[in-house]
Amino acid sequence: MTVIATESLSKRFPRVTALDRLSVDITPGVTGLVGANGAGKSTLIKILLGLSPASEGRAAVLGLDVATEGSAIRESVGYMPEHDCLPPDVSATEFVVHMARMSGLPPSAARERTADTLRHVGLYEERYRPIGGYSTGMKQRVKLAQALVHDPKLVLLDEPTNGLDPVGRDDMLGLIRRIHTDFGISVLVTSHLLGELERTCDHVVVIDGGKLLRSSSTSDFTQATASLAVEVTDTDEHPDGTAALRAALDRAGLTASPARRGADGAPASDHLLLVDVEGEETYDAVRDAIAGLGLGLVRMEQRRHRIAEIFSSDSDGSDSEGNGNGGAVDAV
Amino acid sequence: MPSETVPQQQRADVIHNIGYRHYEGPRLGRAYARRSLFAQSLRGAYGLGRSAKSKVAPMLLFAVMCVPAAIIVSVAIATDLKKLPVEYTRYAVMLQAVIGLYIAAQAPQAVSRDLRFKTIPLYFSRPIETVDYVAAKFGAMASALFLLTAAPLVILYTGALLAKLDFADQTKGFAQGLVSVGLLSLLFAGISLVIAAITPRRGFGVAAVIAVLTISYGAVSTVQAIAFEQDSTGVVRWLGLFSPITIIDGVQTAFLGASSSFPGGFGPGAGPGAVYVLVLLGLIVGSFGLLMRRYRKVGL
Repeated sequence: MTVIATESLSKRFPRVTALDRLSVDITPGVTGLVGANGAGKSTLIKILLGLSPASEGRAAVLGLDVATEGSAIRESVGYMPEHDCLPPDVSATEFVVHMARMSGLPPSAARERTADTLRHVGLYEERYRPIGGYSTGMKQRVKLAQALVHDPKLVLLDEPTNGLDPVGRDDMLGLIRRIHTDFGISVLVTSHLLGELERTCDHVVVIDGGKLLRSSSTSDFTQATASLAVEVTDTDEHPDGTAALRAALDRAGLTASPARRGADGAPASDHLLLVDVEGEETYDAVRDAIAGLGLGLVRMEQRRHRIAEIFSSDSDGSDSEGNGNGGAVDAV
Repeated sequence: MPSETVPQQQRADVIHNIGYRHYEGPRLGRAYARRSLFAQSLRGAYGLGRSAKSKVAPMLLFAVMCVPAAIIVSVAIATDLKKLPVEYTRYAVMLQAVIGLYIAAQAPQAVSRDLRFKTIPLYFSRPIETVDYVAAKFGAMASALFLLTAAPLVILYTGALLAKLDFADQTKGFAQGLVSVGLLSLLFAGISLVIAAITPRRGFGVAAVIAVLTISYGAVSTVQAIAFEQDSTGVVRWLGLFSPITIIDGVQTAFLGASSSFPGGFGPGAGPGAVYVLVLLGLIVGSFGLLMRRYRKVGL
């Protein structure tokens, strides 16, 4: 059972190749679509909605062919654009009712579904006021509501957390999670913030330059790659305790590296070592190494690898992207 | 409507916990969506479903269109006239300034908003296609204009019958008048929508529509007057092709029994009239085509 299936899907414009033989199957659930700006995310969404023909290859959404059944696809898919798309002079209720009718809902059903949907996205009294006076967070909720109002089987959300403050972001991420768990609607969400996708997605698809870089479940990204953060004191014998410990761990056959700033949102520290955990014996080896050097142990804590770290090692060639991701995660 | 009552000890945000209900009802598809957009745009052209402020201008212009007709028929009834002092086909030409103001205000309202606030992608991510959007907006604007221009004709016709004027004569004139304002509505709607759809700025749209309608008419009638003074009446006939209202005038003079408002009444006969009809139809179809082209680009 797949929600979206593409088969060597390509889209070429006169000067650029936006998608390059992309083959990916997306199953029900929340799927994150990651890629730098210009990686082909928007082009992919356009093709999936049946609004732009592919240069070659095929794609199916909910089992419907995008080339021939675009109208049927758009009837059971919701789309939330990245940019502002709301007229300021009408109320959220009027606007969403109109959009529900544009999706084919009869007038009475459109009103009922609008009331339900606005409540689900967390808009109450303010839904009768003109949208022009809403905060960014409220506008994002209206945009989400218009994508959900016709009870689609799949929603495509383009950068839904753009422009939100941390609290608004948390709310939106929670809402996206609930779209799947509570409403039973599959979600394809694009973002360049990996930390967000890690929290909401079951599955992550990474595209770069129109090519599929990686497609795997979020747990694959994060499991079994636990690491241990270790901080030690310096002593007279070892003026740089961290370096001494690193050397000792290397001798013991363990992989240790200084904590980089940003990967998990923690501040950089020259005094923090990340040690890959290979099993229970790793903890003993670290303890023994520290005791052998006579250093003081400040802290030793378990860390999960974050998706971002994996990507930054995936994309060795593109430093700028790695940095961009790291910086972006910091903001979460 | 579902009951939204919440036990009082609960906080308001617990309303979240009311479960999600799926929609099992009918989905009426593309044709219904097109009709809904048409209805919404037509209502919007008279300010219905919009703020109270935006109802003022269209309603006022509608009244201004109808009042002279009401005065004409009351005079006709009171003084027992043998025929109406104004032809059905002449009425819209006389009040073209009002029609111009109306379409200049409403055409940008109908299309610029969706462009300016980028609502277009929301439409095109739904079952409708470009042609549905364009047809709904074009149809709504033409219908709004038809309402505006046909209402006074209905008043004239009703009044004429009440004044016991010749039934056959009046019905024929009324029918010709309706055909004429129908063509006028299509032409004006097409031209104004094309102009309005170029710019997402409403103000520019309003100004540009007024400019195109009035400047072209002013230029044509001035040159026509000069040509008439110099006795080149043949030129007067052809000059009418260069402004929307004179095209309508030419068509109805040639085929709808109207007397021309061109200088000296030198309207086109059947031969040049056919050219007028071709130009008229070409402009209507052409503006539809231009709108299609415009909206194919602004997709998602």
